[in-house]
Amino acid sequence: MAVELAKGFYGPYGGRYVPETLVPALDELERGWNEIKDDQGFQLELEQLQATYVGRPTPLYLAERIGDGKRIYLKREDLCHTGAHKINNALGQALVARRLGKQRIVAETGAGQHGVAAATVCARFGLECVVYMGSEDMERQKPNVERMHLLGAEVRPVEFGTKTLKEATSEAIRDWITNVETTHYMIGSCVGPHPYPELVRDLQAVIGSEAREQILAAEGRLPDAVVACVGGGSNAIGLFAGFLADEEVRLVGVEAAGAASLGSGRAGVLHGARSSLLADEDGQIADAHSISAGLDYPGVGPEHAFLRDTGRAEYLAATDEEALAAFHLLAEREGIIPALEPAHALARALELDAELVLVGLSGRGDKDLATVLGR
Amino acid sequence: MKKVSIYLMAGPETPGLAEAAVEGGADLLEIGFPFSDPLADGPVIRLAGERALAQGMRTRACLECLAEVRARVEVPLIPMTYASILEAYGYERFQTDAEQAGATSLIVADLPLEAAPGIRRVQLVAPTTPPGRIRLAAERTDGWLYLVSLTGTTGARTEVSAQLAGLVERARAVTEVPLLAGFGIATPEHAADAAALADGIVVGSRAVEVAAAEGAGGLRDYVASLRRAVDAAQPAVA
Repeated sequence: MAVELAKGFYGPYGGRYVPETLVPALDELERGWNEIKDDQGFQLELEQLQATYVGRPTPLYLAERIGDGKRIYLKREDLCHTGAHKINNALGQALVARRLGKQRIVAETGAGQHGVAAATVCARFGLECVVYMGSEDMERQKPNVERMHLLGAEVRPVEFGTKTLKEATSEAIRDWITNVETTHYMIGSCVGPHPYPELVRDLQAVIGSEAREQILAAEGRLPDAVVACVGGGSNAIGLFAGFLADEEVRLVGVEAAGAASLGSGRAGVLHGARSSLLADEDGQIADAHSISAGLDYPGVGPEHAFLRDTGRAEYLAATDEEALAAFHLLAEREGIIPALEPAHALARALELDAELVLVGLSGRGDKDLATVLGR
Repeated sequence: MKKVSIYLMAGPETPGLAEAAVEGGADLLEIGFPFSDPLADGPVIRLAGERALAQGMRTRACLECLAEVRARVEVPLIPMTYASILEAYGYERFQTDAEQAGATSLIVADLPLEAAPGIRRVQLVAPTTPPGRIRLAAERTDGWLYLVSLTGTTGARTEVSAQLAGLVERARAVTEVPLLAGFGIATPEHAADAAALADGIVVGSRAVEVAAAEGAGGLRDYVASLRRAVDAAQPAVA
């Protein structure tokens, strides 16, 4: 291994693989985050907004009618404001941006959930918001495009390459390179150059810390397994963070079978970090394919690649059909319409050899109705 | 003498284009090894990369192309690419095989200063780079320092970035290595303006466009026009 950077690395993964222009901005962000993350005023403001604006803590719900002998608990991030866990990260990053004096936000979005979360917090804090979105995704996720417009964000279509999340991310980073002095890049997942994977993990860790307390209160013990879907991996890393030290708890990430960066990927560099990627033998990034736009990404957060290699977490895959079956099951038996992303996690959770299972229900399914009904 | 560096994307036409660029007066050539997700590149180089990949210009084919260029020209040749290509091929192996094929050095657009210290390459500095980092980059660079003259991606602009003068000044204060300015330099006027500040210029996007539209002859004339502008450039009054 020629690359030697201890800071910002998870074993051999992570780091900063970015054009030089961005390095000082990443240093500034890292310093800013380190300064405020333990600052009491920041924590108080964040907690207050989490409670009154986001709707935290989100409930932990025992899904009695789907367990079939297991006790399956759902961590209800679908009940967050804007309908997914993405707001946890967006809210925290808006506070960071304000602290750094950045008045303009750029973000990427695939399905539109992170774009909506970014547009939402920008409206709340009076920040200018530009969201890059693949033109293909804009077509597939029209309601979210309209939401972003209503919230005052500008949505810029990305018309080249795969016209999806991968290109939208590249284009958001190019915008950041161009406007780095005035702009904060609000990345949506635990990917990208250091310190983003750590920053996003810290901001999503609230999911895991709440869930751990809640399951102990409900069951008097830790779960046998904690299961979450993994695209970039932010809801999974946030949920896992609460249980990493509990070695007896199995951590299970579930990828889309057509976008299994951890299951069938190889080490490579994309969007500023070294991780496990869908890439060919020459290092060219491959296309991902999933019914779920949120999992349709050829990369994954570097910490997940590290957790896979060390064996602390295991990563499975679910097919489009398996996710759809779990989607319908949850809707029909429990009256909860999940997003297609966590439906992948649920599909594998139902089959796990474990009695007490905690599943991250990362978002609600309204955005996926057209996709599901169109099948 | 101020330097003119011309960037060409690797491809079947590249050896002939390289020869034409040198006939036009290029002092060194950068040969792009395409990557699917080039963060530092604007639309022209990005599209050229997509085309090259569609023509099968993977790493081995690019190395062969480099060797063919080397067989035709004697100027320094510098592959310019992204870290993912080296990751997949192996960093040391890439460097060895590139040298074998005739490379003089290497540029990796998304490998910052601290990364891959064993890989000798031309370092890039940007308008955002603080003086301490410029000094470090100059110490580690291979031959010359690549000044990214603007905060942004590759591609033509209407005029040379106002950020270039300050960057040159900060770099001159800490190093004596030659400074070549790139990004946003497209016309002979730009070339003259940038050469008045720096020790040379790098032209990519416009050269790639001219090569695609007008072929070797057009590229030769275009490079010659840059050459004349650079040679006539007067030092900017400080």
